[in-house]
Amino acid sequence: MATESSYYVPEQSRLPIFATIGLFLTAFGAASWINGGSSYIFFAGALSMATVLWFWFATVIKENMQGLNSDQLKRSYVWGMGWFIFSEVMFFAAFFGALYYIRTFALPWLGGEGDRGSSNMLWDGFQNTWPLMVTPEQAVAGDSAKVVGPKGIIDPWHLPLLNTVLLLASSVTVHIAHVYLKKGKRQGFNLWLGATVVLGFTFLFFQVEEYLEAYQQLGLTLESGIYGTTFFMLTGFHGAHVTLGTIMLLIMLLRSVIAHHFKPDDHFGFEAASWYWHFVDVVWVGLFIFVYVLGA
Amino acid sequence: MAHGPKPGFTRWLYTTNHKDIGSMYLWFSFAMFLLGGCMALVIRAELFQPGLQIVQPEFFNQMTTMHGLIMVFGAVMPAFVGLANWMVPMMIGAPDMALPRMNNWSFWILPFAFAMLTSTLFMEGGAPNFGWTFYAPLSTEYAPPSVTFFIFAVHIMGASSIMGAINIVATILNMRAPGMTLMKMPLFVWTWLITAYLLIAVMPVLAGVVTMMLMDIHFGTSFFSAAGGGDPVLFQHVFWFFGHPEVYIMILPAFGIVSAIIPTFARKPLFGYSSMVYATASIAFLSFIVWAHHMFTVGMPIAGELFFMYATMLIAVPTGVKVFNWVSTMFRGSMTFETPMLFSIAFVILFTLGGFSGLMLAIAPADFQYHDTYFVVAHFHYVLVPGAIFSITAGVYYWLPKWTGNMYNETMGKVHFWMAFVGLNVTFFPMHFVGLAGMPRRIPDYALQFADFNQIASVGAFLFGAAQIVFLFNVIRTVQGGKKATDEVWENPEGLEWSVPSPAPYHTFSTPPVVR
Repeated sequence: MATESSYYVPEQSRLPIFATIGLFLTAFGAASWINGGSSYIFFAGALSMATVLWFWFATVIKENMQGLNSDQLKRSYVWGMGWFIFSEVMFFAAFFGALYYIRTFALPWLGGEGDRGSSNMLWDGFQNTWPLMVTPEQAVAGDSAKVVGPKGIIDPWHLPLLNTVLLLASSVTVHIAHVYLKKGKRQGFNLWLGATVVLGFTFLFFQVEEYLEAYQQLGLTLESGIYGTTFFMLTGFHGAHVTLGTIMLLIMLLRSVIAHHFKPDDHFGFEAASWYWHFVDVVWVGLFIFVYVLGA
Repeated sequence: MAHGPKPGFTRWLYTTNHKDIGSMYLWFSFAMFLLGGCMALVIRAELFQPGLQIVQPEFFNQMTTMHGLIMVFGAVMPAFVGLANWMVPMMIGAPDMALPRMNNWSFWILPFAFAMLTSTLFMEGGAPNFGWTFYAPLSTEYAPPSVTFFIFAVHIMGASSIMGAINIVATILNMRAPGMTLMKMPLFVWTWLITAYLLIAVMPVLAGVVTMMLMDIHFGTSFFSAAGGGDPVLFQHVFWFFGHPEVYIMILPAFGIVSAIIPTFARKPLFGYSSMVYATASIAFLSFIVWAHHMFTVGMPIAGELFFMYATMLIAVPTGVKVFNWVSTMFRGSMTFETPMLFSIAFVILFTLGGFSGLMLAIAPADFQYHDTYFVVAHFHYVLVPGAIFSITAGVYYWLPKWTGNMYNETMGKVHFWMAFVGLNVTFFPMHFVGLAGMPRRIPDYALQFADFNQIASVGAFLFGAAQIVFLFNVIRTVQGGKKATDEVWENPEGLEWSVPSPAPYHTFSTPPVVR
């Protein structure tokens, strides 16, 4: 039994090797599926990953309840989550950076500006505009072009503005939930966390709505040149992160409602999920400004 | 906590012990080193003479690509992580790594990732053939179908690196024994802390760039295609934003190892400890703002060329501080030349040489001549082989008695050193000349006038390869037995790792030591 001061080092564990196999099957399966193979390996991998993660988190929660986790060990989780979120920030930075490079350098040069303008000879008549409605290929080949720009783009002041309000509000509600939890008021915690989850799902609903509008009415798809590429990759990865964050918060809600987990002074599982949520919120503000408003 | 290792092979599958995991990392890395080395020998055998003798150009390209990928991601990086696993907890007085189960996960991903990567050799269309830098559109529009497997292999090895780095950060920041303040930490711990930050910052960018490739290849996006408004040069910017910090990921821990070994065998404390810490941090910072010096010839605006040229040259300042400190540590020391020290001295001299050719390459107008020639190959092999590989080897010889409880065979160690030292210089020094004379890199055939130097280089490569067999033999002999090592192993070495018995018990510092 661990004393207050000693750091709990688990003996042996089957979790990581199973997680490895799950991750490998997921990655290998995704690659074979994309290359035209069957999708079974991928789904088997994803399912086993989810199962392993379930048991892994259950183990950690159980250990904490047995009192094995010293304050020092809990700080390791805090550092771990913090730097994981930083790695996610850098992932998004790559895509924001690509958008910046395309708009500030690549497209003006393709349009004949500056000393690099010689590349314009390849795409005679191409005009640099943003949003890019006419791709360089279209400028040269006209109707026979394969990569065609979008016919319209998403108006930032309708659905995206609404989504901004929803997501900013959800950051506030998750914070209020945290305040209630620290005061030991479970009812209020559950209520405000529940509201956050609802806001998360509502955001996702409108995001799907927006994608449907883009694909069905505006001709704005992943394949419509660099505008569609950057638009869908940035908002798409953000949407995937919101989905993950919503699931995380939902699980925290169920843990509180069903199993009465979390104490006023011991609830890092929830706190980590709420940090993640604030992070996806900040990314959205970046998207709203740089993709929607300045992209329109 | 007093238990020893579990019997049977499941010990290795289920282990949460930093020493077990460190050993697995090191053995895995050595296996990859031999595999990547064999590919290098295929390259050198083909280049022994002009014309095509042994392999077809298509397969030659696969060899250069896989050699680079395996050495960078499979040999050098895991070796440093293995050393960190073994040494960081012992150096800071921690009972283990901060997150022991995740530690096991980080390791076991690697054999699976590399099984996936090497399996591409047997796929239709062959393995990736676009060079380890996988520039678009070679790696997108013109890539073999196996590129998809390459992309996902990179994804999971990146996940492994990020988890490993987070673990190291949490360990160093949270697990230090009482009294082990930051500025008392051994330099190996410092350099690894900074390396871990670099990993957390840039591995996600690598994930981003391979994701862009995947989308361009299979889902019709236009990141790297000018027809849709993208730009192939964008690939190079994103890749090198990862790639330049990545090359420092492969050298900063080396600085830490050498900074541990030189004071021991010079019998003097390290000269300028705090300047070493600040120099490491400066190098890490600068690594983020020099990436486009790999791309001087793509047609950047002049302001970009100048900025990246001067920023790159600036790196010579903190690096010079380090070299000065190592030399000053040795100055008037009572030096002895055991194998770890030989490798460390060779490191200082030859890494500096590689640094100088780096400075030459940093001069943008001159780089137009050197770009994509064997001069570049000579440069980065001089910083990676005597830099990363020699420091890892030095570290293994230095700490092996602590790990196994036995002394390695000193004569065999010296034979290994001299074979490797001569081999590597014979291999890589002539490449400077053929490069300056205009021989392009990544090419299976070459003009007749390069034949002499290429033959010399090929002979050196096989000598260097043979040296590694001596190393393997020596390590296996030491693991099996040999002269017993004392707890201190060397004469008055500094550091907590020498205060525990040799071999180090399965669990060390279950109660933290007090550091004064």
